[in-house]
Amino acid sequence: MSRRPYKREVSKGGWWLTQPRYIRYMAREFSCVLIGAYVLVLVTGLWRLSEGQAQYEAWLARVESPAGRLFAVVAMLFALYHTYTWFQVTPKAMPLAVNGKKVPGAVIVLGHWAGLAVASVLVWLLVVN
Amino acid sequence: MSDRTVELEILRYDPEKDEMPRFETYTVPYRDDWVVLDAINYVKAELDRTLSYRWSCHMAVCGSCGMVVNGEPVLACHAFLRDYPARIRIEPLANFPVERDLVVVIDDFIDKLGSVKPYVVAKEEKSVDEGEYIQTPGELARFKQYTACINCLLCYSACPQYALNESFVGPAALALAHRYNMDSRDVGRSAREDVVASNPGIWECSFVGACSEVCPKSVDPAAAIQQTKIASTADYFLNFLTPWKKT
Repeated sequence: MSRRPYKREVSKGGWWLTQPRYIRYMAREFSCVLIGAYVLVLVTGLWRLSEGQAQYEAWLARVESPAGRLFAVVAMLFALYHTYTWFQVTPKAMPLAVNGKKVPGAVIVLGHWAGLAVASVLVWLLVVN
Repeated sequence: MSDRTVELEILRYDPEKDEMPRFETYTVPYRDDWVVLDAINYVKAELDRTLSYRWSCHMAVCGSCGMVVNGEPVLACHAFLRDYPARIRIEPLANFPVERDLVVVIDDFIDKLGSVKPYVVAKEEKSVDEGEYIQTPGELARFKQYTACINCLLCYSACPQYALNESFVGPAALALAHRYNMDSRDVGRSAREDVVASNPGIWECSFVGACSEVCPKSVDPAAAIQQTKIASTADYFLNFLTPWKKT
C-alpha cells in the first residue's frame, strides 16, 4: 500500500465562475470600482471648479451628457448593490445584545437603511437649499 | 425498493492504479426517504465493494460524510435524493488532497485546529474537589452557536480563499478560536493571537461568506471571523493608544 494523494488544481482565474455565490461575491467586490470611479468624477469636478467657470461648465456638460448619465445610473445601481450586500452582513460582523437578549438581524439591517435614508434626506436638503 | 433509480457519477481514484481521478457511473434504485449516503452504501454493498468513503452516524452529528454533491459541499447523510435530479455527481470535498475515491487527507486542518488551542485555557487549574467553573446562561449564549461545529470541513471545501491559499487557517478553526475567546472561563485569547490575528489567520478572509452558507450546523464561521477582526483591530488601536499597557 503506497500513499499517493492526488491534489486537484483550482483555476486561479476562473474559480469565481464555478458557483453563483462566488459570482455574487465578485459583483460585491467589483461594485467598489464603480463607486471609486464616481468619486473620481466628483473630485475632477471640484478641480475643474477651482480652474474657473468655463472649465467647470465643460465638466458639467460632460457629466450631463447621455454617456455621463448612463455612467451615473450604472454606478448608482452598483452602489445600491454594494450597500445592500454590506447591510445584509452587518448583523454577522456586529451582533447586538440589549439586556442580554440578541437583537434580531433584521432590526440591525433596517436600522442601517433608516440611517441611510435620514442621511440622504439631510444631504438632499443641504444641496437643494 | 421502488422502481425509481438514480444515476450516481462518483469520483474514483485508486492511488495504486490511477494516474488521476476518473468518474464511474452506478445506477441505484432508491426510496423516497433515502439520502445520498444510503445510495453510496448501496453501491458499496451491492455494486462495487472497492468504493472508499467515510461515514459513521448517519444523522448529521459525526461530521464524517462531507462530500461535494452536484458542486455543493454537503453531508451525504443530510442530502435527500428526492431533492436532486436523476443524475448526481459525487466528488470528495474540494481543496483537500484525495487519498482514495471520496476520502480526503485532512491533516492540514487537524494541524490548524490544534494551532488555535481549541480548549478552555483556565486562569487557574482547579481540582475536581474545588467544583465547576461557573458560567451564567447569558455568558454561554455569547458563544453557544460556535460550539455546534462538528469539524465536517464543508466550510473549507466551500472557501475560495482556502482553495487559493492553503496557508489560510480557515473557517472552522477560526470559528473555534472565537468560541473559546468568547468563553468567560477562558484566558487563552492572547495565546491564540499569534495564529488567529495573523495574515494567514483572520486577515486572509475576504468575507465571501460561503462557509456560513454551507454549514450544516448553522455555526456561521464567517460571522466569527468578522467579529474577531473587529476585536483584533480594537486591540491594535488600544495598544497603540496605551503603549504602557501590555495585553
